[in-house]
Amino acid sequence: MNGPRKLLIFGGVALATVGMLYGLYYAVFVEHQTLGSMGGSLAGSFVHAAEGRLPEAHGAIDTYAAVKYNYVRQVDVHSHWIGLAMLMIVMGAAFDRVGFSERVRFWIAIAFLTGSVGFPLGVILQTVNRGSVFPSALAIAGSALVILALSAAAVGFARQSA
Amino acid sequence: MASRAIPLAAVPTFGPKSARRLLVFGGLALVAAGMLFGDIFAVFVLHQNARLQGEALIAATRAVAARNPTAVQDIFEHLGGTLEDRGTKVDAHVHMIDAGYLALLLALLQPFVALSTSRKKFLATLFIAGGLLLPIGIFLIHYVGVAYSPFPVIGWGSIVADSAGALLIIALLGEAWGLWNYACGRGSAAETNFPQEDSWSRRSLLSGGTVLVLLGFLHGAWYAAADLYRQEAQEATILHAMVDDAAAKNLPGAANEVMNLDNLSGEKAVNIAAHSHIIEFGVLAILLSFIQPYVFLSEDWKRRWVKLLLAGSLILPLFVLLELKFGLVAGGIADLGGLMVIIALIAMLVGVLRYSGSMDASLGDGR
Repeated sequence: MNGPRKLLIFGGVALATVGMLYGLYYAVFVEHQTLGSMGGSLAGSFVHAAEGRLPEAHGAIDTYAAVKYNYVRQVDVHSHWIGLAMLMIVMGAAFDRVGFSERVRFWIAIAFLTGSVGFPLGVILQTVNRGSVFPSALAIAGSALVILALSAAAVGFARQSA
Repeated sequence: MASRAIPLAAVPTFGPKSARRLLVFGGLALVAAGMLFGDIFAVFVLHQNARLQGEALIAATRAVAARNPTAVQDIFEHLGGTLEDRGTKVDAHVHMIDAGYLALLLALLQPFVALSTSRKKFLATLFIAGGLLLPIGIFLIHYVGVAYSPFPVIGWGSIVADSAGALLIIALLGEAWGLWNYACGRGSAAETNFPQEDSWSRRSLLSGGTVLVLLGFLHGAWYAAADLYRQEAQEATILHAMVDDAAAKNLPGAANEVMNLDNLSGEKAVNIAAHSHIIEFGVLAILLSFIQPYVFLSEDWKRRWVKLLLAGSLILPLFVLLELKFGLVAGGIADLGGLMVIIALIAMLVGVLRYSGSMDASLGDGR
């Protein structure tokens, strides 16, 4: 197994394990409580409105929106890490068919790994520091790296076929 | 449907007791079953469930206008059940398919897993068992609830699902240990790699799959940049307006906001579904490119199934997106696309079954 394949396969397995462990932790310790809080806030807003307490009703909607903002990102991180890890392993298995030099393939693999770690990491950091520029920049840069790496791999597959 | 001879070199890589055979069969079956479940869910549950959610919100706004908090509580309890019904079905579908993908991936990696044959088979069995139990547990969450559970909010369905998730993690860690052994040059000799084949089917699945994944990434990036934050803000705005209208006894206004929320939810759902489905089909196509040497069908038939699979992989996400414009007609065509993928997948599974049957028969003759 050469360097780029090793990087993609081992990186992918490690990332899938991290993603699954995070998903398991989230499902056992956080998700049920979060779903309860989300449903409770939304129901609470309508109950408050029925009681004629409109400021509390609007406060509950804001709480619902904030909890949902975090929930969507937590679930996205888990699924994107595992999804990207799977893609890395698949690419690793097929990487000998990418028609570029070993050096170029190594850099494609590096871009894939860095992007796959960085993109969901940026998404999860958005829940820690909402509105901050760094998490969004990290997510954008990470996804751009993955798209670039995949485009390069597609061109490489086409070169090999031709 | 003429078939070809089994290459002798392939025999040690796909033997009757090999982990790879178990993972390929189990993986393909899990993916096909998960997709079939998803198609049934889309046709018989998805739209009906969305209608129920809208009706519940309309009833909630009426209860608010009537100043009846108890009725609101009851409606939201019922709505929670509707949402759980939908969510657990989506999750069961997704997790079953993903476990199937991972099984196919692990089949690819078997040549690099330096463990004994019996341990590899044990890990494969553990993985397939976990992949089967996980969606079953998730599916049961809605129906079992917290009945007879030792925990206040976690029911037996969740316990089964979480335990199955732990099985998957243990199997994955075992495979990672085998990979580590291989990298360090330790452990027993790893098996032969997948047979190399440069057929049209294999090349088309590999390049077609990569293009599908790339399209999905580009759509996802565009959606995140252009729509995600706008939709999140819009949801809160609609809910604020709905509560205000209901409290002011403006029921037509509240009903209009319910419709706006319904449209927004639909817009979000189709974008996310199109993005995730096209990527998943792309990954599936790439994975299937590796098992083509094990599909015991003539090249003509293999080409037909490849074309059907790639066409379905493009039709489903495209028409899911068009559902916003053309409604149920587009939804029906999208379901047809899903069916095309399922048929192609089952055809390939049949090809792999024929391959292993012929191999076992020839091994039996040799004994």
